[in-house]
Amino acid sequence: MALRMWASSTANALKISCSSKPNVSLAFSLSRCFSTVLDGLKYANSHEWVKHEGPVATIGITDHAQDHLGEVVFVELPEPGGSVSQGKGFGAVESVKATSDINSPISGEVVEVNSKLSETPGLINSSPYADGWMIKVKPSSPSELESLMGPKEYTKFCEEEDASH
Amino acid sequence: MGVLGKPAELLEIESVLDDQVPVIRRFTGGGTVIVDHGTVFVTFICNKEAVPNLQPYPRPIMSWSSSLYGKVFQGIGDFHLRENDYVFGNHKFGGNAQSITKNRWIHHTSFLWDFNVQNMSYLKHPKRAPAYRSARSHLDFICRMKDYMPRSTFMDKTVEATETQFSLRPIQLEAIRTCLEAEFCPSSRFLTNEELEAAAVALQS
Repeated sequence: MALRMWASSTANALKISCSSKPNVSLAFSLSRCFSTVLDGLKYANSHEWVKHEGPVATIGITDHAQDHLGEVVFVELPEPGGSVSQGKGFGAVESVKATSDINSPISGEVVEVNSKLSETPGLINSSPYADGWMIKVKPSSPSELESLMGPKEYTKFCEEEDASH
Repeated sequence: MGVLGKPAELLEIESVLDDQVPVIRRFTGGGTVIVDHGTVFVTFICNKEAVPNLQPYPRPIMSWSSSLYGKVFQGIGDFHLRENDYVFGNHKFGGNAQSITKNRWIHHTSFLWDFNVQNMSYLKHPKRAPAYRSARSHLDFICRMKDYMPRSTFMDKTVEATETQFSLRPIQLEAIRTCLEAEFCPSSRFLTNEELEAAAVALQS
């Protein structure tokens, strides 16, 4: 019960609504470092997430990634109309002293870019799965999604990564 | 200048243009430094797995580098990593910058060996400054590494500290140049006079 209340308030904080998608549950799994991992998303081992909804997939970086990167001060994103390839860099986030590549979990055409991030790059830290989304892509090979991790697998991946360091 | 740097916010552009000071935008993050004949650069370019148990993120890499330099400056001048700078006490002598890709990272440091007070006037007080700077002017904020250690000692000790983690072999710069692929185009570049002038104009409007 307590977990459901916490999950609900966190969902509000993340501005996730499930009212239109009854089949997407809001179960949260916690990694050792309390990074949030959401159901209904797929995950790359370079810590990006992808949410596939019909013809469009939304991409961002995970809570684990934003936490490890620190405060994001700038985001470099591609232009709509450009293409992305699975596993290849499509942009970068800048924290105070570092620029870090973001890699696309899938291939496709960029159809929309989150313009809010130019004024408020910190959305990536505060809302990595919702307001901090980065690009929307028309997937060119939907089967690529199958090669990505599900939430449980990704949670374990993060735990193992953090434990070994 | 770091990859993000806005010339108008970081440089006294009129002086830079008058004195024809070259401005380079590099591909790593971090701030603006004056490079003169004394500056010492140390760069680590590592594959993701090169350092065991190190996660390829900014803070762990920064922390790893500071423990390496902790060996170099042991017992000297109260060395530590303060926010993202190398300091003696609360005076900065080393600025850091990083770039992290999927399989590799680079961490480089610009060590302030000595400085000409006049040259510091090319730099503005940055908008985004570390808290420990406490609004101090450049001259009150930085210190000269040469006041703490002879140059050859610094180089020897850095090599020694690096050898505790990696096996090293010396290589000549010319040998590296011949290794570079012909197609490689560095993204670090000089800013043109036109770009600097445009930045100055934009600031005034």
